[in-house]
Amino acid sequence: MLGLEKKDFRLLLIVIGLTMFAPFILNPFPEGSEMAQFNAGYPDLMQRFVIFGIFAIGFNILFGLTGYLSFGHAAFLGAGSYGAVWMFKLLSMNVLPAIAISVVIAGLFSLIIGFISLRRSGIYFSILTLAFAQMSFALAYSVLTPITGGETGLQLALDDPRIFGVSQTATGNIPVPALFGLEMRSSFEWEVGAWLFTFNTGYYLAAAFMIFAFYMSIRIFRSPFGMMLRAIKSNQTRMSYTGLNARPYTLAAFVISGMYAGLAGGLMASMDPLAGAERMQWTASGEVVLMTILGGAGTLIGPVLGAGMIKYFENIFSKINETILHTWFSFLPDGLEDIVVAMIYPFIGKGWHLTLGIVFMLVVIFLPGGLVQGGQKVAGLFSRKKPEDAKPNATEPAE
Amino acid sequence: MGLLEVKGINKRFGGLQALGDVNLSVAEGSLHAIIGPNGAGKSTLLNVLVGKLIPDSGSVMFDGQSVLGRKPHEINQMGISRVFQTPEIFSDLTVYENVMIPCFAKRDGAFRMHAIESIRAESDIQDQASAMLSDVNMLEKRDMLASSLSRGDKRRLEMAMCLVQDPKLLLLDEPTAGMARADTENTISLLKEIRTKRGITMAIIEHDMNVVFSLAERITVLAQGTPLVEDTPDNIKGHPKVREAYLGEAQV
Repeated sequence: MLGLEKKDFRLLLIVIGLTMFAPFILNPFPEGSEMAQFNAGYPDLMQRFVIFGIFAIGFNILFGLTGYLSFGHAAFLGAGSYGAVWMFKLLSMNVLPAIAISVVIAGLFSLIIGFISLRRSGIYFSILTLAFAQMSFALAYSVLTPITGGETGLQLALDDPRIFGVSQTATGNIPVPALFGLEMRSSFEWEVGAWLFTFNTGYYLAAAFMIFAFYMSIRIFRSPFGMMLRAIKSNQTRMSYTGLNARPYTLAAFVISGMYAGLAGGLMASMDPLAGAERMQWTASGEVVLMTILGGAGTLIGPVLGAGMIKYFENIFSKINETILHTWFSFLPDGLEDIVVAMIYPFIGKGWHLTLGIVFMLVVIFLPGGLVQGGQKVAGLFSRKKPEDAKPNATEPAE
Repeated sequence: MGLLEVKGINKRFGGLQALGDVNLSVAEGSLHAIIGPNGAGKSTLLNVLVGKLIPDSGSVMFDGQSVLGRKPHEINQMGISRVFQTPEIFSDLTVYENVMIPCFAKRDGAFRMHAIESIRAESDIQDQASAMLSDVNMLEKRDMLASSLSRGDKRRLEMAMCLVQDPKLLLLDEPTAGMARADTENTISLLKEIRTKRGITMAIIEHDMNVVFSLAERITVLAQGTPLVEDTPDNIKGHPKVREAYLGEAQV
């Protein structure tokens, strides 16, 4: 189906299902209940899930397949964001040209950086990409202020010379990004009993792009090109003595993943039309590395899971404060309550990084294949428990 | 005029003259062995032939073209394949993929952006790879990871990866180094089989005299970076200069 094997097509369907029904899946708890703070089904966070999913899927094409660890991919995301905001300022508030230009700009930018950085491999490659990204960040922050807005970031203004569309709405406001009149921030809310589900236009646009990005990544993984990239990771000596030039292969992978980052940056700017230099900072580059490794580098679905998990931690886990903890443990005797809260407190709220760090260490040590490997192990346990059920499947051809 | 013509190659590493005025001619269709004691410059010579090292002077002509200054992948595309001392294979890939990659390299050249097509649609490549694997009796292992193969199978796989490209010249760098007796015998018979079946020109660098004398049609003896003699195996066996190089002057 769609040029995919059965197994991959099923995975694609699962991803489509999960993203389409995310407003339900992420909002399992009724409004106003104690657990409602664990709901992640609000537009802003859902958008972040899929946008960072795209970023991580793209990063995985480079890192997961070729093993080249780039520490500067946030620069492409930032460049894409700036490009998109400039399109909003100069051309139109339609998101499509903005997203298109962000992909193109990030592609060109990654072509230049990749061309230079890929002269080295291993740690030297990582350092080169890091240096370029930090350079871009510093430039965007200072000398490129006319283009990037410097410290305040690039924002829309009331006097933007927009070619198609107006500079101000009738009420004197800045127009908002839209897809042929469909505003990105518009949402449809549906109340079912105590539950509230929000269906946001921007989220569904970003989700559609993520599904497309995921589909393209499956195609790349299963292509001869993808096999060559894995060959590069495996043995570069044999690669060159087989008559293959590794450089253009790695460069192509670098540019593709840079374009994915640009797409993510363009979508980010489409959801909220501003771009700041901090998007290019090395912490942002490091985050996508964490997402990919946490989920499972080199696997198809891993990066998406990793992105979801980190964003969930960042936005939900970090909200739990001391007061909430005290209400949770109020059933305990006073002294004990304080002790328990004091013990848990460093791991939640502002301390969420600590929990994430521990999870990351555990994954790297016990599950080098990431969450995907963890899932496979769990699935393996179940299939071993029921050997009778597993047998009919085993007789089917493996592919 | 041989398929491979090496003329007046010199290579110095600092104060060490690794190769001094090496001349070598490998005739098309022959199996030419290069032997010599440790440090004779055999590996240096091989690295010059595959583009890993650039000599200080001299020329290397392959099939009428110079190979000097070309990168290893370009030299491979000219028709020279190399088997390494320790098998160089794609360990993280399956046996089948290992053999498909050289097929793609042969058909599509050093780079092609086929990122959307599925490997499954490439029936020609798959047939070619399967045929090669059945030739070396490894078809039933095609879905195994290459890293899980035994050492002998890894050597076999590497050989298959070279042969599937149908090279004009196959270079072998001590293919039996560190092998057990049985594996060595297997490799010898594998090479003999390739010779009779495909008639590929081969240049082999080898330590093991048993291997050399049971395979080679011509032998060049290298000592201290210079060729001593070049002759047939029978004439080499009793040659005084060869004994001298291997055993030292006192024995002469």
